[in-house]
Amino acid sequence: MTTTQNLSYATITLTVNGENHSFILGEGSHEVTPSHTLAHTLRERLGLTGTKVSCDDGACGCCTVQMDGKAVNSCLLLTVECEGKEITTIEGLGDPVTGTIDPLQKSFIDHTAFQCGFCTPGIIMSAKSLLTENPAPTRDEVKESLAGNFCRCNSHYHVLDAVMAVARKGGNK
Amino acid sequence: MKEYRYIGKSTPRKDALDIVTGKTKFINDLTVPNMLYGKVLRSPLPHALIKSIDTAEAKRLPGVKAVLTYQDIPDWMAGFPLHVRVLDSKVRYVGDAVALVAAETEDIGEEALRLIKVEYEPLPAVYDVEEARQPDAPQLYEQFPGNLLPQERRMFGPHTLQEVVTGDVDKGLAEADFIIKGTCAYENIPNPLPPEPPGVIASWEGTDALTVWSASQGPHMFKVTLQRRMGATNMQSIGSPVGGSYGSKYMSWQYVLPAAALAKAAGRPVKLYYGKTEHLAAFTVRLGSRIHGQVGMKKDGSVTALSADWLVNTGAFSEITQGMVAVGCGEAQLMIRCPNWNFRPQMVCTNRTASGQVRGFGGQELKCALIPILTMGLEKAGIDPVEFFKKNYVKPGDGYYWRDGKWWVCNGIDYTPAIEKGAETFGWQEKWQGWLKPTSINGAKRRGVGVGVHGNADVGEDISEAFVRLDSNGTATIYSGLAEHGTGQRSSICKMVAEILQLPLDRVFVTPTDSSVNPFEIGPVGSRGTYAIGSAVIAAAEDAKRQLLELMAQKFKVAPEDLETQDGMAYVKGKPEAKIPWIKGMGYDRTIMGHGRFEPDFTLPNFMMIFTEVEVDTETGKVDLIRVVGATDVGQIIDPPSLTNQLNGCLGSAGIDSALFEETVFDTRLGRVMNPNMIDYKWRTFAELPEMEHEILETPFPSHRFHAIGVGEITPSPGPSAVLMAVSNAIGVRMADYPLTPDKILRALGKVANAERRGK
Repeated sequence: MTTTQNLSYATITLTVNGENHSFILGEGSHEVTPSHTLAHTLRERLGLTGTKVSCDDGACGCCTVQMDGKAVNSCLLLTVECEGKEITTIEGLGDPVTGTIDPLQKSFIDHTAFQCGFCTPGIIMSAKSLLTENPAPTRDEVKESLAGNFCRCNSHYHVLDAVMAVARKGGNK
Repeated sequence: MKEYRYIGKSTPRKDALDIVTGKTKFINDLTVPNMLYGKVLRSPLPHALIKSIDTAEAKRLPGVKAVLTYQDIPDWMAGFPLHVRVLDSKVRYVGDAVALVAAETEDIGEEALRLIKVEYEPLPAVYDVEEARQPDAPQLYEQFPGNLLPQERRMFGPHTLQEVVTGDVDKGLAEADFIIKGTCAYENIPNPLPPEPPGVIASWEGTDALTVWSASQGPHMFKVTLQRRMGATNMQSIGSPVGGSYGSKYMSWQYVLPAAALAKAAGRPVKLYYGKTEHLAAFTVRLGSRIHGQVGMKKDGSVTALSADWLVNTGAFSEITQGMVAVGCGEAQLMIRCPNWNFRPQMVCTNRTASGQVRGFGGQELKCALIPILTMGLEKAGIDPVEFFKKNYVKPGDGYYWRDGKWWVCNGIDYTPAIEKGAETFGWQEKWQGWLKPTSINGAKRRGVGVGVHGNADVGEDISEAFVRLDSNGTATIYSGLAEHGTGQRSSICKMVAEILQLPLDRVFVTPTDSSVNPFEIGPVGSRGTYAIGSAVIAAAEDAKRQLLELMAQKFKVAPEDLETQDGMAYVKGKPEAKIPWIKGMGYDRTIMGHGRFEPDFTLPNFMMIFTEVEVDTETGKVDLIRVVGATDVGQIIDPPSLTNQLNGCLGSAGIDSALFEETVFDTRLGRVMNPNMIDYKWRTFAELPEMEHEILETPFPSHRFHAIGVGEITPSPGPSAVLMAVSNAIGVRMADYPLTPDKILRALGKVANAERRGK
């Protein structure tokens, strides 16, 4: 955890994958500017490059992360809007200590539910949010909730199989 | 069928854990120390001369490390034949590169672009392929009078196929029972649109050593094609995992050369990563394809003559258009049995973003325009298209001119069983009601069915080389320049090697895609991964195994052929209990290196048929894709989920959906792409998936020891013409304009006024 003692600086503090991070606001090269998106801060400041940016326009869902448990497009949120928020990225799924992965990630491996894999972290984060809210969705509910996630290789069918396999087991963990 | 340990079984992708945990490093996830960011100033005009360009203010901006214009950029050329400068004194499309900036941050780079002052002298522009051929049309290149690209006779050898002219068309037409004339165009120039934009990092050491990290489908080819052009004598090309390509990230000089020029000028590494708007408006799209055709046909549906002008719109430059025309001309012959051809392509430059390599590689563009013309004849003759394709598609013993201009004879298999199985699964016989007749009508909603076919003889194209190294700890490492762009091919070659050496899959590795490590590799294009790349890898593994068993034989005091190896142990055949580890024969201080090379073989055409059912709402004009059935024969499945993934890929990446809603909307008053973002460029969502099934047959091919061939590249290509046919049948009106947006449907039904929609 980093903190700043100098109160003349405005700071923004958010929790990412369970760790608190404080950033100084400003235009300097190591500061967070008001125009920085959450996606930018996650990738460029915290090195969490599992969150992908494709359209940078809120259309493709590649940058999906969880904010307070809900799926959001991190390219549409400014970092300064995220004060006090709890963010979970693809790196935050599973258990970093034991190295175990989330059942949903395991299911994506078992169903080869990806091809190029660029959109996969965003799809997993969207599906994870759905399963958190609704542990046993129907296939149509999964389709509807992933409608904001672009996948150009057309791995959709395997993705649906992977999510449904977890859903049938009662959702998440 | 032979039972294998790995081949044909579902196994997890080797890179699966990294992909699902976000650890996979795509090109934009990499940084190198001291790296700058490159930005491109792009032209707002479709055709203009640069009268003056002032970069002084941009150069003064703190954080700007290099600014390049046509006046100071190295004179590196690209395109076929070489005709495109990285920056030129003339711009030829909206989005053409005008100046390059390298800066400490992306924000500074973008600010610097705004400070560059450019004065243009606008020139008239031309977008339509036939208007560009008129005598008074604006000329894009001095060296290409009439905007006509020269035929390229060197690309695939001295006789590169650039047309199909055989037999006697007049005689063929005279023998015909009827003659059909028609025009059809596939000119909506859809974008393959991989989620990951094009990107690269370039870094020079001294003046002649260049390292390039890139998202490329064929990174090794940069060393072959670009090294010399850039004056580098020692180029190291490192490929990152590719976040989708669908062909588009293969001939990628458009981002490699600018980054290398900036890195040279700044003396520091430079990353150049396109934004999505640049990707959609200034990167390569599909070819525009228009055919004016004349077909002679007998009452039984046999084609007696085919005469056509194929007008190919390549946009502002040719990336590899002559190559796509060569392969397209070959593929037309695989589909149509016809003794008399006069099929003449013209490759034409126009003032829009260039067309480049996309999955389907000329053949999809050709078929989408040609099949609707052919089927006018089938309609007249009352012939079922499935029967026509079954009778016409190339069979063992049939010959064709392939891309090298040579006559090749099919040594593959007869796809009739695949066609019949696909038709049965789809229920074609029950659904097909005849030409321009719906399958069913339910109020305002009408259903129709259509079918398309595609195949190439490129599964054995070009050279691949591979090494397989055995280490005494019982592991194997494949040295291959094969990029992973989504097909799972890097995992599939591990399965092949694991099968030959009988090693656990987790003891087989592939080297990073690095030209300084690996032997020659063209890359995974044209469905060549399974046969061509696979053959090189298999040969290397067999060579390594031979060397291993020769060493182990000395320990056992038997002949090498009496030995077998499994799980890193060797034993005399039939006596697995007396096994010893490799290290006992190899010693700890020896590695074994097996070598493999694949030579081109154009005798094994692959095949894909797609059956579609659509529902048209005749009140709104909306077309829904209800069901898709794919049919193919791959000889032997290597990895079932990877194959079904590739077959499901028929929808997007400028495939089936380019008949329904995908298009690059182009405004011919401004010369601009009007939908360069992922909201206005339409794509299929999870919520709108059709039913999808595949019939995959496994008739052994005379390819390599697993008797398999690839099919991934071609899976989208039969789709668009199949959808056009299905919609025409549903509404009873022949459609010939992709994509079939509601306005076109309603116009065809006479429900809206017949206003001309201008856009190419």
